[in-house]
Amino acid sequence: MLNVPSFADLNLGVALPVIFLGLFTMVLLLVDLFVPRERKHVTALVALGALVVAFVINLLVFDSSEVALADMFIADRFTGFVNLVVLVAGVLTVLISVDYLKRAGIEQGEYYTLLLLSITGIMLMGAANDLIVIFIALELLSIPLYVMAAMRLNDLKSEESGIKYFILGAFASAFLVYGMAMIYGATGTTNLPAIFEAVEGIVAEASTSRLYLLLGAALVIVGLGFKVAAVPFHMWTPDVYEGAPTPVTAFMSVGAKAGGFAALLRVMTLALPAFVIEAGDTATAWQTTVAIVAALTMILGNVVAISQTNIKRLLAYSSIAHAGYILMAVAAAGTAGVSGSSINGALVYLLAYTFTNLGAFAVAIAIEKDDGSGTTLEDFVGLGRSKPLLAAMMAVFMFSLTGIPLTAGFIGKWLIFSATVEAGLIWLAIIGVLTSVVSAYYYVRVIINMYLRDGEGSPAEGSTPLLNGAVYAAFAGTLLLGIFPILATNLLDGAQTAFLLVF
Amino acid sequence: MEAVSSSLSLTTVTLFLPMVGLTILLFMNEERNKDALRWTAFGFSIATFVASLVMALNFDTSSASLQMAQRNDWLPTLGVSYFVGVDGLSLLLVLLTTIIMPIAILASFDSGVLKERGREKLYYVLMMLLEWAMIGVFVVQDLIIFYIFWEVTLVPMYFLIGIWGAEQRVYAAVKFFLYTMAGSILMLLALLYVGNAAGTFAVPEIVAGVRSGEISFLMDGVFSEQSYLFLGFLIAFAIKVPVWPLHSWLPDAHVQAPTAGSVILAGVLLKMGTYGMVRFCLPMFPQASVEWAPIIAALGVIGILYGAWVCYAQTDIKKLVAYSSVSHLGFVVLGIFSLNPQGIQGATLQMVSHGISTGGLFLLVGMLYERRHTKLMAAYGGIWKAMPVFGGIALVVSLSSMGLPGLNGFVGEFTILLGALGSNVLGVFFALFATIGVILAAIYILYMFQKVFMGELDKPENVNLPQMNWREIAVMVPILILIFWIGLQPAAWFDVMDASTSELIAQIAENAPQVLAQLP
Repeated sequence: MLNVPSFADLNLGVALPVIFLGLFTMVLLLVDLFVPRERKHVTALVALGALVVAFVINLLVFDSSEVALADMFIADRFTGFVNLVVLVAGVLTVLISVDYLKRAGIEQGEYYTLLLLSITGIMLMGAANDLIVIFIALELLSIPLYVMAAMRLNDLKSEESGIKYFILGAFASAFLVYGMAMIYGATGTTNLPAIFEAVEGIVAEASTSRLYLLLGAALVIVGLGFKVAAVPFHMWTPDVYEGAPTPVTAFMSVGAKAGGFAALLRVMTLALPAFVIEAGDTATAWQTTVAIVAALTMILGNVVAISQTNIKRLLAYSSIAHAGYILMAVAAAGTAGVSGSSINGALVYLLAYTFTNLGAFAVAIAIEKDDGSGTTLEDFVGLGRSKPLLAAMMAVFMFSLTGIPLTAGFIGKWLIFSATVEAGLIWLAIIGVLTSVVSAYYYVRVIINMYLRDGEGSPAEGSTPLLNGAVYAAFAGTLLLGIFPILATNLLDGAQTAFLLVF
Repeated sequence: MEAVSSSLSLTTVTLFLPMVGLTILLFMNEERNKDALRWTAFGFSIATFVASLVMALNFDTSSASLQMAQRNDWLPTLGVSYFVGVDGLSLLLVLLTTIIMPIAILASFDSGVLKERGREKLYYVLMMLLEWAMIGVFVVQDLIIFYIFWEVTLVPMYFLIGIWGAEQRVYAAVKFFLYTMAGSILMLLALLYVGNAAGTFAVPEIVAGVRSGEISFLMDGVFSEQSYLFLGFLIAFAIKVPVWPLHSWLPDAHVQAPTAGSVILAGVLLKMGTYGMVRFCLPMFPQASVEWAPIIAALGVIGILYGAWVCYAQTDIKKLVAYSSVSHLGFVVLGIFSLNPQGIQGATLQMVSHGISTGGLFLLVGMLYERRHTKLMAAYGGIWKAMPVFGGIALVVSLSSMGLPGLNGFVGEFTILLGALGSNVLGVFFALFATIGVILAAIYILYMFQKVFMGELDKPENVNLPQMNWREIAVMVPILILIFWIGLQPAAWFDVMDASTSELIAQIAENAPQVLAQLP
């Protein structure tokens, strides 16, 4: 007997942020038709407005803890926080895109539609309560990005970037779906909480379904590991990041990552937290695997970043490394009792990384030339004199990426290291801190070029008011979160005061 | 634990005065009025000094508990609070910081390198940031906040060396940054572990828990939980001090840093390491401290001898003074790990003394460099004849660094040697070898003094060196006063820290009974 849900069962209210943005994207597509070609910044402003409205709606429904859309959708603080991260990323991305697209001669209204679609996908990802939703959300987040990566039409590198991302992304999706099929096979459901219950049974009776579950979890890790650029599924990252238009790279590095981690955390902590090999174990079956992937990711990302001479490639490898740190939190979530602080750590880290990395990319865009050149580290020489404010902020972003206190990056690292230590993965935490020192070397090199070496100093053609606005906003976010982390943690812990502070 | 007030305390005022100065400096125009920049920075460093003097006047030397404390929530869900306050040990180091800073700023007023490279606003902003962070390190009582201040000190120092340093400045700055960061980030893990285990990051609460046995870290053999935590903290501190064999960043940083940078580095930054050992390692991990004391103290003694030995081979005055720091701070480490009141009190006084004498030496080297643009000893000779006042002052400072009785250096080193002799965790050989270090110190300091100041004034470019100006004399006066004051009236200084050190030793004795027998 098919059960037709009533409208009230759909519980649409709590899903409003993502529904609003999804619908508005359709509207934007139509609106854009009536915007003349030379005035595409109007589309950008409309998109910006939509993001801000979605942000406000999100804050209003932030404090919910309900399921919606026939159990497919879950709205809780996790959802709210992921929305917050990705909407902040969206706003900053629009700000850094407008003038860049004009300069590069690739201004198209569809850009903003695609961006909003991708953001909708990420928001859906954070709210997924079902494997199917995760898959749909993943595709919704990825396909627009494939297009955006190739948007610099006359540039071979951009084409390569789009194609590479597309082919490898499709490959990874296949892994993911296969993994989901395995999990479904083992448990007979795609609903995450239902999987959780089924897993408990499987573990208790030690049935052979454990093997399917193990394979399924591994394949899910592979599929999502691709999205978040974890080693050894990271090969695409530097080429795609270097070839894509810089604002797209900036968005990919935080947005796609937030989506991937949201899904990974949902699956691992909602569906598979009780998946242990022998009943009674405190560490889950997937913990060691994730921990090893995290360690490899941190080591490779940081070590290879040292030899980069292009800021976009450097930030690409650094983004691989940062995926490693967040994976540490995922691994820590595999120890019973630590999942709460691990999830908090991962989410705060994502927010910190969003502010910091988008800020760094914004500065990179400022000094990039119209033809896409001017992105080497040498181009930063003398920036401390020619653009003191931009340089100072870039220095703060670099310190934040290193994890120096008083910046958001430190708060993120602290929470994650804390969770990892609490989970008993001391060896992983030690690798984490040691690779942080390695990372200091290449981040500091940017600062050396800006301040310690004398040179002409880039004229920073891209430093327009809108872009500068994005840099200031990212800077403010980086410092604010670094000095008052309570603003972010309160959102997660359930204290209401944070709302008063946000407004 | 009695409740600590959450209202504004004198400590907070002292701590945040440099921040106020920094904010004002940020909004000043660099091009229009450079003098205003300088005097604003100087004014705020003096204001901070005055505030710390008020703290000293309000300080009750008979109490071992935290004074002028303040505690506010920062991240309550994780047990982290803004918790500041001073005891005798902190107070002395805060005073050292607030004295050294105005001196360093005044000494930068007509520094040649600052004129040449410009960016004076950035320079003074960094100075204020540095002062804020250093005071923070000495007054915070919460592990996380401590770590924040500790790491923040890296940033301004990195820029001071990197922008206004000598030829190899970039190399030295990066080495300084990476070396110290590598050490401190392991401390982060150790302190997270301690905080998670204790459920709070407030040091007084952790120490009280350790003392009563509520919090205990397994100590079973040399390599066990407590040892690893102890080493996590100790390595960070040892790099900062620096303890042999982790000292290799120091000569580079010192030689390349501008004068004010060297003064602050030697005067205050290095003391953060030794302060950390006394404040965190000993009370939080008493059993491990006792277990490891001979090893760490042995490294201290090796540092004393090695530093002194290497000094003798130097041709560059600044490098000589830098290595002499390795030697002097070896004494401090030896004193701390004697684990008795004399040792720790001597070590603390030696921290202050070394800050003053070595800071003074770096200032003098800087003045010579401004005149002659070389730091090679061979380029000088007979300077006393050319600059009699300068020579006289240099003699006093050198003798104080050497440890002449009646001056400040002697008191600390002598007390440390007494402590090491009386210690029952260390054998008599420690004091014996350390004494050889005292003799070597006399040799290298006198050797330096003889080469630079004595002899014939045989180099024509040295004949007409300008005399010290009022500003240079003003910089040296407070240093000379302190050299004599500490040297002639040490009791007043020991009084300040007596209560806190006795408390510390009593705690170690309770937690690690094997040192009990030797208590006075």
